Amino acid sequence: MCGIVGIYLKSKKFEKSLGRMLSKMLISMESRGPDSAGFAIYNKNKNKIYKYSICLNEVSFEKFRKEIKKKIIFTKLDKNSDHIILKSTEKPSKIIPILESFKGISLVGYGKSIEIFKQVGKPSNVVKKFDLDNFSGTHAIGHTRMATESAITTDGSHPYSTGEDECLVHNGSLSNHNNLRRKLKKNGSKFNSDNDTEVAAGYISDSLKDRNLKQTLKKGLSDLGGFYTFIAGTHSGFAVLRDEIACKPAVIAETKDYVAISSEFQAMAHLPNVNNAKIFEPEPGIVYSWGR
Amino acid sequence: MILDLKKLKLRSVNEKLQNIDRKKNKRDFVVSNPEGNHAICAGLTENIDVTIKGHVGYYCAGMNQNANIIVDGNVGTGVAENMMSGKVHVKGNASQSAGATAHGGTLIIDGDASSRCGISMKGVDIIVKGSVGHMSAFMAQSGNLVVCGDAGEALGDSLYETNIYVKGKVKSLGADCEEKKMNKQHKTKLKELLKKAGSNIKPEQFKRYGSARKLYNFNIDNVSNY
Repeated sequence: MCGIVGIYLKSKKFEKSLGRMLSKMLISMESRGPDSAGFAIYNKNKNKIYKYSICLNEVSFEKFRKEIKKKIIFTKLDKNSDHIILKSTEKPSKIIPILESFKGISLVGYGKSIEIFKQVGKPSNVVKKFDLDNFSGTHAIGHTRMATESAITTDGSHPYSTGEDECLVHNGSLSNHNNLRRKLKKNGSKFNSDNDTEVAAGYISDSLKDRNLKQTLKKGLSDLGGFYTFIAGTHSGFAVLRDEIACKPAVIAETKDYVAISSEFQAMAHLPNVNNAKIFEPEPGIVYSWGR
Repeated sequence: MILDLKKLKLRSVNEKLQNIDRKKNKRDFVVSNPEGNHAICAGLTENIDVTIKGHVGYYCAGMNQNANIIVDGNVGTGVAENMMSGKVHVKGNASQSAGATAHGGTLIIDGDASSRCGISMKGVDIIVKGSVGHMSAFMAQSGNLVVCGDAGEALGDSLYETNIYVKGKVKSLGADCEEKKMNKQHKTKLKELLKKAGSNIKPEQFKRYGSARKLYNFNIDNVSNY
């Protein structure tokens, strides 16, 4: 099953309440995905600071801080439950190998505007744990997972991020992910789990090297087998795609202030002015995108 | 009587509507603040009027018998699924599988219905004033599907004996579905159905589709394929 949600703000009006809006959406999708939850939240960022979203797993914060201090010049370490946002002006090409070689932790995403938090447990507990209500931003994507094809772990939770400021959430299952993973690995992609969605995220990151997001998803229609409703995020916005059979649901509500998407309408019922929104289902095989 | 889903639990609202006290003769109900909840007004059996004020979730008015249900909003997957009798009127759009397996009654959708509208329908009359998505009337067995807009891919795939009337374009027909002649009795029936939905479009503007009946029996020429 799984539940997916997303909000893109067209105006500044709701930027401060973005976290609160998303958290209610995630909680109402608990029945579709009680195993784990996660969210990616984007903020405008004009400076050169990169943010690395890290899940500490079993590693203690003190141990991490001590050891990483010797290897990386960072400007800030923001602790939020078992996640850390490490801020640094150094290039990802230098930082990522260091973080990847750090035993026990998971690098869940990085970029200038993205922050990702994901954890096992009920969505209501996860959003509370990370205090999502107090986040602000320009757009956000979230996921509640009912695990089907790989283990219930942080690494098996969505959103998946496989490139700078990129992320993907998925409701469905892919049929050709093993083949695709092999192909992408040959091209230099790296994967941390056996999860099918991570492969789709890797596919999108790989394809984005030569195309924009819309073109990438369009190409995905022929390269990705199986069932899916995707929300793919970048620093500028997000895009939505359903496979051509379209058995995985999605509904979009659009007002002059925001665009919201979720698996079921009930996740959006609390959003401001939603009863006057333009409400529609994304049509199968068509890429919808919003961005600035 | 107003049943507010912000104050009452869904289960108690449905229980109330499912167990009408015949002596009291209260037959008008309004359900407010549905907020996308699932299975609202499922399993009603009495001849009552219910208006739902807002958007609802899945399986709204499922298994309906006798009740007259109006949804003043959009509906999720499977509205009026397996309806036996009565009437369900959706003023907004419907998600997939509207009227699935319904045996009788009337389902009217003022907006569009998405994929698989009328899948495996068994006698219901469905009138969609907008368009329907792909695989509509898939394996439909009996009843009428009227589409005032366009129809998506594979309309009427593996169709049995349902009559499909489409005014607009049909993207493609499914296996064993073909255009049929519109006879006088079809025009009369279609006129009656359109009238039920409050539409005065002329039946002559529609085309009729039905089963070519080539899948009813196994064709021995295909034996080598198995």
